[in-house]
Amino acid sequence: MVGIVSYGAYVPWYRLGPGSVGWTAKGEKAVANCDEDSITMSVAAARNCLGDSSRKDIVALYFASTTAPYIEKSNASVVAVASDLASDIFTADFGSSLKSGTSALKAALDAARASNKQALVTAADMRTAQPRSSMDETFGDGAAAILVGSSNVIAECEDSCSVSHEMLDIWRDAGDKFERSWEDRFVIEEGYQKSLPLAISTLLKKHNLTPKDFNKVVFYAPEARRHTEMAKKLGLDPKTQVQDPMLNLVGNTGAASALMTLTAALEDAKPGDRILFAGYGDGADAFMFKVTKEIETARKPGKTMKDYLKSKKMLPDYETYMVWRGLISRAAPSRRPPFRTPSPSAMLREVDKNLRFQGTKCGACGYPQYPPQTVCTKCQAKGQGQPYSFADKKATVFTYTLDTMAPTLDPPMVVTAINFEGGGRAFTTMTDRDTKDIKVGMPVEMTFRQFYVSEGIHNYIWRCMPVR
Amino acid sequence: MAKGIRDKVAIVGMGCTYFGEKWDQSATDMMITAAYEAYEDAGIQPKDIQAAWVGTTQAGVRGTVLSAPLKLQYIPITRIENACATGTDAFRNACYGVASGAYDIALALGVEKIKDTGYSGLETSLSRHKAQDTWVDPEVFMGMPAQFAMAATRYFHRYGLSPQDGKMTLAKISVKNHHNGTLAPKAHLHREITLEQVMNAPMFAWPLGLFDCCGVSDGSAAAIVTTPEIAKKLRKDYVLVKGLGVACGADQAQLQDDYDFTHFEETVMAAKLAYAEAGITNPREQVSMASVHDCFSITELINYEDLGFSPHGKGKEDVDSGFFALDGKLPVNTDGGLKCFGHPVGASGLRMIYELYKQLQGKADKRQLKDPKFGVSHNLGGIPGRFTCAVCVLGKQD
Repeated sequence: MVGIVSYGAYVPWYRLGPGSVGWTAKGEKAVANCDEDSITMSVAAARNCLGDSSRKDIVALYFASTTAPYIEKSNASVVAVASDLASDIFTADFGSSLKSGTSALKAALDAARASNKQALVTAADMRTAQPRSSMDETFGDGAAAILVGSSNVIAECEDSCSVSHEMLDIWRDAGDKFERSWEDRFVIEEGYQKSLPLAISTLLKKHNLTPKDFNKVVFYAPEARRHTEMAKKLGLDPKTQVQDPMLNLVGNTGAASALMTLTAALEDAKPGDRILFAGYGDGADAFMFKVTKEIETARKPGKTMKDYLKSKKMLPDYETYMVWRGLISRAAPSRRPPFRTPSPSAMLREVDKNLRFQGTKCGACGYPQYPPQTVCTKCQAKGQGQPYSFADKKATVFTYTLDTMAPTLDPPMVVTAINFEGGGRAFTTMTDRDTKDIKVGMPVEMTFRQFYVSEGIHNYIWRCMPVR
Repeated sequence: MAKGIRDKVAIVGMGCTYFGEKWDQSATDMMITAAYEAYEDAGIQPKDIQAAWVGTTQAGVRGTVLSAPLKLQYIPITRIENACATGTDAFRNACYGVASGAYDIALALGVEKIKDTGYSGLETSLSRHKAQDTWVDPEVFMGMPAQFAMAATRYFHRYGLSPQDGKMTLAKISVKNHHNGTLAPKAHLHREITLEQVMNAPMFAWPLGLFDCCGVSDGSAAAIVTTPEIAKKLRKDYVLVKGLGVACGADQAQLQDDYDFTHFEETVMAAKLAYAEAGITNPREQVSMASVHDCFSITELINYEDLGFSPHGKGKEDVDSGFFALDGKLPVNTDGGLKCFGHPVGASGLRMIYELYKQLQGKADKRQLKDPKFGVSHNLGGIPGRFTCAVCVLGKQD
């Protein structure tokens, strides 16, 4: 039996919505902070999916996004180390299509079937639409992670079916900053409303089933109205059968959208439930899942979709969003030197330290320390340090400052010294915070973020944030 | 058993430029001004200098940064870099050169040209390549005010000071230093400020605002050191080196969860070395005056306690009572400190020694103290847990 073993989603803390000055759309959408990208959101979803469970059976990671930070250079390999996966695994980037998330899931299920091991899928997107366009109103940011395997399966994949459809409905080339599309009626009628039902009907015909035979139907839609139309076209009961794709709360998260909705469906699923699941983009992928008894005893994600929907902060204004996306620039508080480009040879040496957030625990005195030390800070024993991860450790703020002069798109820069549960200290910066809530002793957790980009090198760093 | 430095080295001449935004002067110009004032003060010729130590963090590399402008002819010169303690450490090395018997007369000079960088504060590590770390190093993301602001936050928390009380205590320190600066012609800033101004100033790194931060300026200072025997032949009022201490942290603040930020062990340890050499057992009673590192107001407050002038947690009481004012029992930063001179990093330590030297000679004009016996200078450079600290004790001849 092959299927889903675990799942986790990620929704950024910030939203554009009622109360954001200059935001005119009716709905709300999730907005990645200026230190987030598709890699960091994938890591957040992956860590939410895996928690502190063993990674030893995971033999592959598939990263899916149409907004991968690197065009050339693996994004999946960054996600793999920051999610603390082993290095002797298969990693692959899926991109280009909005169905890259469901396509990666299909490939992962095939890999799990062939290897009897586990494969992790992450999907994340943060597409930028032309300001004030209708897409700008609906594009949201987020991520999902699905762990598939052949044992401890909570939702068995009974079958799947895919169609490929060559057409230009929406697209971007490498130089495009914004999404492009053809006329809306063409996009919907010739693309979405043809491919998605075709994949579903082909799959169901094979098994002699109808959409009525499913407890929950989870499918992609570009916006809420199109989702409702599709539910009607498939003959679904909107009250009981349709999983809300959160288009007016999170927005259309592109390659991540369908998988994020699937994680929400799994949160409420019961043994025996049948879930019909479909993603769209240049064709469609459709899946049939059957929920097993394991779901009652399996580990739940660290944070549920319900947690994420509740935990949010409205951006004060649309201008801040424009600044964060580099669409307009705001004057720096003072003239500061430019960030230096980090050295790739130093980055290579320090992968475990920088990306896994791994320190050492002294074998002689047992004191945990970050960054990793060869000579122990406490007892000066040399070479006794064992790898010790701080990424999942809770911590408290020992002291802090709000630096208004620091070069950041999200001033002031909150600089902290934090103490970890179980011992150890780190200097970090704090993100996703309300500065008025910060105080000595407040609990924080760690989050993987982008620090800055220099010469095309994306520099990632672990930061702390108030516990969400 | 080490015997220490006490009374083995004398200062016979010093020079100090006017500090400030010297748009019209290069590091070279300032080094020449400081050195020639020192030569004249000592009554010696450049050819009498047998060895030199030059302290700078960014004015240049190698000993030649000093020999070229001064045209010192093929003598041993070493460049010293030890963050904010650079100037004091250049002085310390020159003293050791004399005390060892290797040289009769040595020159220590500190210089910094900050105002050509185009940045209103100090350039941080953001733009510099470092040997030991990539960008997760705290110096990459922490500006200077932030590093000390974290100490202020914790100090307030530990001693139960409300933000208002804590900031008011710090404000009193800045107001005092600004007052002293009005009496020091060579200072960069010469104006009185009020507590209200300090409290309402723009915030840089909470809780530190504009007036909690020292100025940024260019400058140079120099000292000629020799043996007491030679000193006697040069002048009557030479000043004796009583003790020197340096201590370096090892990232304890970053690594150890019991590092508290409310005291800096580097200062405690450097002072311990210097006081032991100088024979000071009760600094609060024995020290007549001090020039302490006041890069930020909180640094000066913590220094009072780490240097043994106030018990830990009691600095506020001494601030409130005026203990450190010019007319107090132990005047601190009689010339206005870094607050008014600014902080040309390599020059600051020697500028502090210059003030103590003038005070001990009775040549401090309007800010002259009555018959000071011991003066302490102190520099603290780097970030919490990663400081380098230098302490110097000077005294009159017995």
